[in-house]
Parts: sequence; structure tokens; C-alpha cells
Amino acid sequence: MNKTIQRPGDTIFRGTAVAAATTILVTLAAVGIFLTIKGIPGMTASPEEVKHGTTFLAYVAPLVFGTLWAAALALAIATPVAIGVALFISHYAPRKLAGPVGYVIDLLAAVPSVVFGAWGIMTLAPAMRGPYAWLEDNLGFIPFFAGPASATGRTMLTAALVLAVMVIPIMTALCREIFLQTPRLHEEAALALGATRWEMVRMAVFPHAKSGIVSAAMLALGRALGETMAVAMVLSASGVVTFNLISSTNPSTIAANIALSFKEASGLSVNALIATGLVLFVITFAVNFVARLIVTGPNRAKAAKS
Amino acid sequence: MAHQIEVSNLNIYYGDFLAVEDVNITIEARSVTAFIGPSGCGKSTFLRSLNRMHEEIKGARVEGKVMSNGHNLYDSAMDPVDVRRQIGMVFQRPNPFPTMSIEQNVLAGPRLNNKRLKKSVADDLVEQSLTRSGLWNEVKDRLNKPGSGLSGGQQQRLCIARAIAVEPDVLLMDEPCSALDPISTSVIEDLIHQLKDDYTIAIVTHNMQQAARVSDNTAFFNLDGVGKPGRLIEHGPTEILFSTPSNPATEAYIQGRFG
Repeated sequence: MNKTIQRPGDTIFRGTAVAAATTILVTLAAVGIFLTIKGIPGMTASPEEVKHGTTFLAYVAPLVFGTLWAAALALAIATPVAIGVALFISHYAPRKLAGPVGYVIDLLAAVPSVVFGAWGIMTLAPAMRGPYAWLEDNLGFIPFFAGPASATGRTMLTAALVLAVMVIPIMTALCREIFLQTPRLHEEAALALGATRWEMVRMAVFPHAKSGIVSAAMLALGRALGETMAVAMVLSASGVVTFNLISSTNPSTIAANIALSFKEASGLSVNALIATGLVLFVITFAVNFVARLIVTGPNRAKAAKS
Repeated sequence: MAHQIEVSNLNIYYGDFLAVEDVNITIEARSVTAFIGPSGCGKSTFLRSLNRMHEEIKGARVEGKVMSNGHNLYDSAMDPVDVRRQIGMVFQRPNPFPTMSIEQNVLAGPRLNNKRLKKSVADDLVEQSLTRSGLWNEVKDRLNKPGSGLSGGQQQRLCIARAIAVEPDVLLMDEPCSALDPISTSVIEDLIHQLKDDYTIAIVTHNMQQAARVSDNTAFFNLDGVGKPGRLIEHGPTEILFSTPSNPATEAYIQGRFG
């Protein structure tokens, strides 16, 4: 067997690439190990030993619910908006307008979450008091809007709206890229059949972009799950499990709860907080894993067929 | 059904650039008209202007008239969407919708106009269109399979079936065989022969033998140089244009001396 010639450039490049990849894995493993070692005592601590005075499971369950609920709401609000804006930029706006709009959306992604939190607490929450009261009066029969409407406006729906605004930029940017990659051939095929612009989008753009939209949504979901400051500032939390969107008693989220409780925690309570972090870590992992399954799923099925 | 297209004094611009200059031609009903000429001579642009597909490129516009069935396609009251429902198009590369089955591909156009197509009507339409495009016997047992699983030639015939399912008057074909092997090409050429009984067909081709084989009339486009607009040099019955062209440039191109 001939030995292939080793060029120094190749060796160096391979070395740095492998090192970079390894660093990521080591970092991830280190975080996992840290969370596990520090978290386990918190999980097994008896109710008397910790500040929250319950078993770990009872402590973390509302937080997990709050985290998933807030993120799901944010995603439900953000997805249609992001798809709409991305479509506008990629297929509707004249080029002169598409550039600036895309740029503004990217700028939105650079705003720190504290700023969004401040906006949520000072502007959005007070502004939403009226609408919440209206929702309670008119749609109160739906459990989501059962009320009593919050007097401060610092509700789950407000937090979800702030989260939605925060994840829209990343989703829009990803969707826009995918929409722009729609093969010209398929767009023309639709137009030549006499499709209007919207029909062309449904025939050619959406089918092409479906898996991309899902992965964009999952990335956004990951962001919403882990978002700390905005939720910690906006939401008035009280550790309940409720689907009520407009009342002043709301479940907190894991990340916000850690941020708010960490300063005053000591001893095993710290371990319990870290354990909730571990739970969030696992949830985020699971979300990404599922997203990957969804994205590769159809392609794999297609490959198997042909 | 099929009727002729009369083009008069048509100039096609991309922004300020005049791409095709002053075309006057009548494309006869129930016959095949081939557009030939060297690359960049504007024959594809001209073809795409006949169903306003070229407007999808930013800044494209035309001056002049394209009359079909008594209407000017460029009248301000004309909707390009309606134009394209009457004047269908088949492209250079087969482009069935990848996520749709064979059947869904054929019905894609009809479903645009009529959302609630009855199952029996839809089935008839699928069989009719695929039969006319010569594909029925090859695919009738796998109508639910994706169109992208067919061979290139079959995909192109599927695209023809999809175009005629809308029941257009005119079919425009933009180098429909350039991505196909010789056997698929000859199948498509036979198909073009059959289709001209019912449709007005205009086809762009780089292949002069193909133009000679399939067309009744041929139009030769040329350009004086890079950056100059393409022009229609001459047109007429295919035998005459190929045997005794009146313009020396046509003769040179047909004999393979350039292009």
C-alpha cells in the first residue's frame, strides 16, 4: 500500500479542526458533569433542608411547566409573524425595501434581553392591561382567559409576547434564507400554470422550505426555553400550574427562577437550583434532538424510496 | 381552442437594455413554430414574453403588441395570471413539483382554478392528460408515487401533461429536450407532432435538426454583437428557410458556420 503524502498545510488544518470539534464536546461534557455532580444533592434533599420546603419533584414540576408553556406560546406567536416577514422580504417586497427590512430584523437580534425585559415591564405590560380586561369580559369562558385579569399586566401572555419578539429575528433570518433558496425552476413551473404569487408560494416555496421552517422554529424554541432576563423581569410568578394567560398568578420558568433565587440561596438550596438547571439542560437537548429527527426524517424517507 | 398569436413591433427591455428589437411575426394556429439562433439572440426572452413569464425578472418590460384571440396580452386590463392559464409553458429542465405525486402534479394547475374538483372529473383529467402526453401506460399503476422518481424524459412528459391539463390554447416550449437523452428526445418530438393537432406550439431549440424535424415554420433570430439587441432576421415555412434562406446570416447559421 502506498503511503499518501502528508502536506503540512493539511496536517495543520486537520489538527485545528479536530481540536475545535473536541473543545465543543469537552465543554458540553464539562457542563453536564458540573450540573450532575452539583445537582444530585439538591434532588435528594429532604423538604426540611431546603428553602422552598418541598421535595425536588414538587419544586421543579411547575417550573418545567412554566418553561415549556412560555416557550410554546412564544413560538406560536412568533412562527406566523416570522414566516410572514421572511416571505415579504424574499418574495413580495421590492428590492429597495427588502434590504433595509432584513437589516432591521437582524438588528433586532442584537438587542440585549435586558432591554426587551425593560420594555416589557415598562411599556408592554401597562399597555396590555386594557386588552386583558377585555379578554376576561368577553372571552372569559375560554380557560386561557379566565382571569381575574392582572392589574399590572405582568402575565404569562406578556412574557410570551416579549419572548416572541426576541425569537422573531432569528426565525425570520433563517426562513428568509430558506425561502430564497427555492429552486427557480419550481417557482416558474407554478407561475406558468397560472398561479398567483400566493399560490406559487404554496406550491413551490412552502414544500421546499418545510423542513427548514421546522428547524428554524426549533432553534427559536431552544432560545425561548433558555431565555432568562426578559422573563425574570416581566413575569409575576408564584409557582402555580395554570393555563390562565392573563392572571397575576403564573408559573415561573427554570431560567428566570434561577436568576431570581440564586442570590439569596445557600447550602442545599443552591444545589436544588443547579438541579433545575440540569433539568433545563436535558429539556433543551431533547428539543434539539426531536428537531433533528423532524428535519432529517422526510429526507431519509425520500432516500429510502429512490 | 388553439388560435394564432400576432406579434407586432415588439421591443423587450431589461431595465434600459433593449434585449429584443422590433419583432413582427404571426405564430400560426395548430402548427409548430421553431425559434432558432445563436446564444444570446433573444429567442428564449421572446418566447417568455409570449406568456409574460419574462416579467418575473426585475425591470423587464415590453413595447408593442402581442395579440391572441383578439386580446392584446399586454393590455393594462390583462392579468398575467390569466395570460399564463391560456398560454402554457414547458421548460428546459423537467420541473415536476418534488413533493407532489404524479397525479398531484397533473392536477396542480386545474386545482388552482377549481378547488373542489370532483374525484371522477379529476381522475378523468389525469388519465386524459397523461394519455395525451404519452405517459399513461408507463405510470398508470403508480400515480401516487412522487413525480421526481421518474426518468428525465418521463418527467418532461409529466410536465407537458401538467401544462395541457389546464387546457391552454398555446404551448410554449423552451428547449424542452436539451436536458434529455436522444431516445427521450425523439419521444418528445413525436409527442409535439401529435399535440399540434390541438395546440399552437412555439418551441425554442438549439438543435437545428430538431427544428427541421418538428416544426412547420421556423424563425431565425440573430444579434449583431455582444450588447446589441437580438432581432428576428427571417421567418417562414421550415423547408424553405432551411433550403433557400433569403438572408446570408441565416444560411451561415444553418450551415453551421457560426453559433
